[in-house]
Amino acid sequence: MSSFKRDKKEEEDTGGNPYLNLDKTIVLQEARYFNETPVNPRKCSHILSKILFLLNQGEKLSTQEATDAFFATTKLFQSKDVMLRRMVYLCIKELSSLAQDVIIVTSSLTKDMTGKEDMYRAAAIRALCSITDSTMIQAIERYMKQAIVDKNPAVSSAALVSALHLSSTAPDLVKRWANEAQEAINSDNAMVSYHALGILASTRKNDKLSTVKLVTRLAKSPLKSPYALCLLIRLAAQLVENDDSDASQPYIDFIECCLRHKSEMVIYEAAHAIVNLRKTARDLAPAVSVLQLFCGSSKAALRLAGARTLARLTTKHPTAVAACAVDLENLISDPNRSVATLAVTTLLATGAESSIDRLMKQISSFVSEISDEFKIVVVKAIRRLCQKFPRKHQSLAAFLAGMLRDEGGLEYKAAIADAIITLVEENPEAKETGLAHLCEFIEDCEHTTLAVRILHLLGREGPKSRQPSRYIRFIYNRVILESGPVRAAAVSAVAQFGAQRPELLPNIRVLLARCELDDEDEVRDRAIYYNAILDSGDQQLINDFIIDVPKPNPVLLEKALRDHIATNPDEPFDIMTVPMEEEKKEEKEDIAAIEVRKPKQMTIEEIYSEQLAQVPGIEKLGSIFKTNMPLELTEAETEYRVRLLKHVYVRHIVLQFECINTLNDQILEEVHVRLECPPEYEIKSIVPCQKLLYNQPGSVFVVLEYPSSYLDSLGTFGATLEFVVRDCDPNTGNPDPGEGYADTYPLEEFYMGCSDQIRARGMGEDWETTWDRAANVPEISDTYALPEQDPAAAAKSVCEYLGLPKATIVGEAVKEIRGGGVFRGGAPFLVRARIASSNVGVTMLIAARSPREDVAQLLLAAVG
Amino acid sequence: MGGLFSYFRGLLGAREMRILILGLDGAGKTTILYKLQVGEVVTTIPTIGFNVEQVTYKNLKFQVWDLGGQTSIRPYWRCYYGNTDAIIYVVDSADRDRIGISKDELVHMLREEELANAILVVLANKQDMTGCLTVAEVHQALGLDALRDRTFQIFKTSAVRGEGLDQAMDWLSNALQARK
Repeated sequence: MSSFKRDKKEEEDTGGNPYLNLDKTIVLQEARYFNETPVNPRKCSHILSKILFLLNQGEKLSTQEATDAFFATTKLFQSKDVMLRRMVYLCIKELSSLAQDVIIVTSSLTKDMTGKEDMYRAAAIRALCSITDSTMIQAIERYMKQAIVDKNPAVSSAALVSALHLSSTAPDLVKRWANEAQEAINSDNAMVSYHALGILASTRKNDKLSTVKLVTRLAKSPLKSPYALCLLIRLAAQLVENDDSDASQPYIDFIECCLRHKSEMVIYEAAHAIVNLRKTARDLAPAVSVLQLFCGSSKAALRLAGARTLARLTTKHPTAVAACAVDLENLISDPNRSVATLAVTTLLATGAESSIDRLMKQISSFVSEISDEFKIVVVKAIRRLCQKFPRKHQSLAAFLAGMLRDEGGLEYKAAIADAIITLVEENPEAKETGLAHLCEFIEDCEHTTLAVRILHLLGREGPKSRQPSRYIRFIYNRVILESGPVRAAAVSAVAQFGAQRPELLPNIRVLLARCELDDEDEVRDRAIYYNAILDSGDQQLINDFIIDVPKPNPVLLEKALRDHIATNPDEPFDIMTVPMEEEKKEEKEDIAAIEVRKPKQMTIEEIYSEQLAQVPGIEKLGSIFKTNMPLELTEAETEYRVRLLKHVYVRHIVLQFECINTLNDQILEEVHVRLECPPEYEIKSIVPCQKLLYNQPGSVFVVLEYPSSYLDSLGTFGATLEFVVRDCDPNTGNPDPGEGYADTYPLEEFYMGCSDQIRARGMGEDWETTWDRAANVPEISDTYALPEQDPAAAAKSVCEYLGLPKATIVGEAVKEIRGGGVFRGGAPFLVRARIASSNVGVTMLIAARSPREDVAQLLLAAVG
Repeated sequence: MGGLFSYFRGLLGAREMRILILGLDGAGKTTILYKLQVGEVVTTIPTIGFNVEQVTYKNLKFQVWDLGGQTSIRPYWRCYYGNTDAIIYVVDSADRDRIGISKDELVHMLREEELANAILVVLANKQDMTGCLTVAEVHQALGLDALRDRTFQIFKTSAVRGEGLDQAMDWLSNALQARK
């Protein structure tokens, strides 16, 4: 007995995953055993499961290894063992994308899928479809059609789902199986019917008319399968979304009708669809009352579904959710913590200020019991509360700080830190307490990235506080106790205090001097760098290199560095050529949503960099300097719409003509642009658009080299679109037989101005000092009489010519423009223009300073 | 003693003999396989890959691999050469145009080291067709005279009529047993 016990214990100790320490080479070696005859099914199954385990762990097999393993596996077809055969199917599926010549098992699988052994058939279909490419698909078509209407539901489902996968590679062929799928939709088996509808819907994905027909027909003769019905509801909801007219009413009626279905799944799907419809005028009451009922259900899954859907609804229909407050209150103490969390956060979002304290108490009672994912939901809810009720910041911040002390993963901690950081940034009253909480947090923070972020924030906000010295202790503690990256960040933060608070400078210098002895290169470098700048005592220098350092856009910086290495690695890299990051306010998030996918904020350069990559030789132009906002070259309602993007490089410009063909009975081929450019420009290459289908944008690229003299770069361009028209069938898009005919389409002229080649920089209050410091660089000035009557209007148009933001205009009676920026190639410039009304009209005195005199000349030429 | 041993081995079913059926596409390999297995002529489609079946002939068990004969599939034959006891090489006697290709493939295959000890049976199939090559002509066209150091025999067969297969299998069974 005792030995039995010990055995059991040992088993537990060594338990866990028997495949944990598999070695790829050894397993592949073992696979050679498959070549032996006769085969031992048990042993082979075991080896196959090892291979599958490795593949699913992300182990990479080379093509040769995969092919060898695959061919060895095919030998196992000699065994009639059912379990082994099914393992073989799995292995074939996994290897099908890695190995070569996988079609070798086509015959064997076709035989199994049509054979008598039901255990084989469904799995064989799935394996067969995974080894079949579009060229071989015709060979199996007949069998697939038969399998779809097979009376065995497993076989039928397998065929339908495999067809769905194949439709991504051979959509036209799969479309031909629609009749069989149609038949399968009426199957008694719920799953088969669902899969059949799935394939019918996916083959109609791009054909709205036939989707309408399908939905209308099926809505009339209700489907038996609840799964299929759910899918039908989704399709109907999609049609409603895409159609703003009253024609969508029947679909809405259908969905509402489904609210009274006997299956909970269908009821939920219908309620979910209704509350999520974009149109808000609908009567939500029936759907909301269904969700309300779900909240009171005895099944946890239904309560979660109800609570979660209501939670998502808070932004759009707060009143509708508020009506469910009582039901949600009941869920606060729900044994399922996820449900309780959703209930509390929803109530927080919709409730009044007075109820916050009570709800916060509720959350804190169970916050330690919920998973990180839901804790993040709570944190986000609190973050929004901070914005909504700034007066409550004290208790909210205290709560967040409490959460910060608990155990949790990086994502959770980062969410809390984010919340506190927003609190600090948006609510001046909360700043001191918020920073204090963060200081406390970094005392014991295991996440380097978070510590670095918080140190950066302390460096930015700390010097502005009433008692900056108290933060320095926290920051300097990091220098003593933490890892290299954190120490380096702490050094930068400390330097900020020295730069912004002169009274602390002596102390800071002592601290930095100590850091100069650090083991880590980066820490030492930073300490020496900051100490040297602080030593100089030059306010301008300190401002430019410590307090207000311009930050390039990281994505473009990476691309620029890559291009630089590819083209001219020997020359020094000029960071000024990289576009600056524009400060952007975070978009408002939906309230109380678990999965909010925020569209990534991208600059125009990032958006187009992928398209530009298709221009051959683009990397030789160096990194992009700027992409200008698009310019329409056609009227809005014309046959072909063309807009122009000017991508500016140091010595080149890429003109991208983005064309849209709005005629559905035409296909344009070989689309070119004929360009009439000013004399000094040289056309390097043209990338035509081979085919322009109806309503799908395509681009023609023209690469031009700028004139060697900056002054010659101003000028007007004429452009004509040239192409071959082929008529086509408006419905299918198939071109009519026969040759097309050539045609042209004139585009509007466009101008290459000074503003296109400039990247303006916001200058701020210290413009005056910057201007004075540039006293020794070349200056050009002139006086002009302007056509405008009003100095304000004149100042605006001058800004437009120069590509400067309107914010650079200051002054009342006499308008003064104070701007600056960088010209392509990296030459910085400053410009000052004084505009005043005089007895003859409006006159302007403009002066430009730049180390490159020709840049200054160009600026004046642009307004002249 | 050895006799007793083989006697028991015979009783216990022994090891399955591994046989490959090879030949150009459309020679009748798949038809022969299923004629041997189920005794019927089944409708076949071009084999993409292989079929493998267990065939029992007069209490002897064979594991028979029928490999597809299309040009694109022939390169994969070699993946299945290992541990092969015998090769049944099927020739379409009516296909005079491609008999040369058939010979090349055969010669090429017999050069493989893995098949050095395999017994060869050549089936001059489709003898029911009018105007087909005779056995002697096939023998000649395949250059079988030049074969050295190999146990082999040629038979005239018609798989659809079921003629000649029994003789071939009898001979093969004996040859395989004699080899031990």
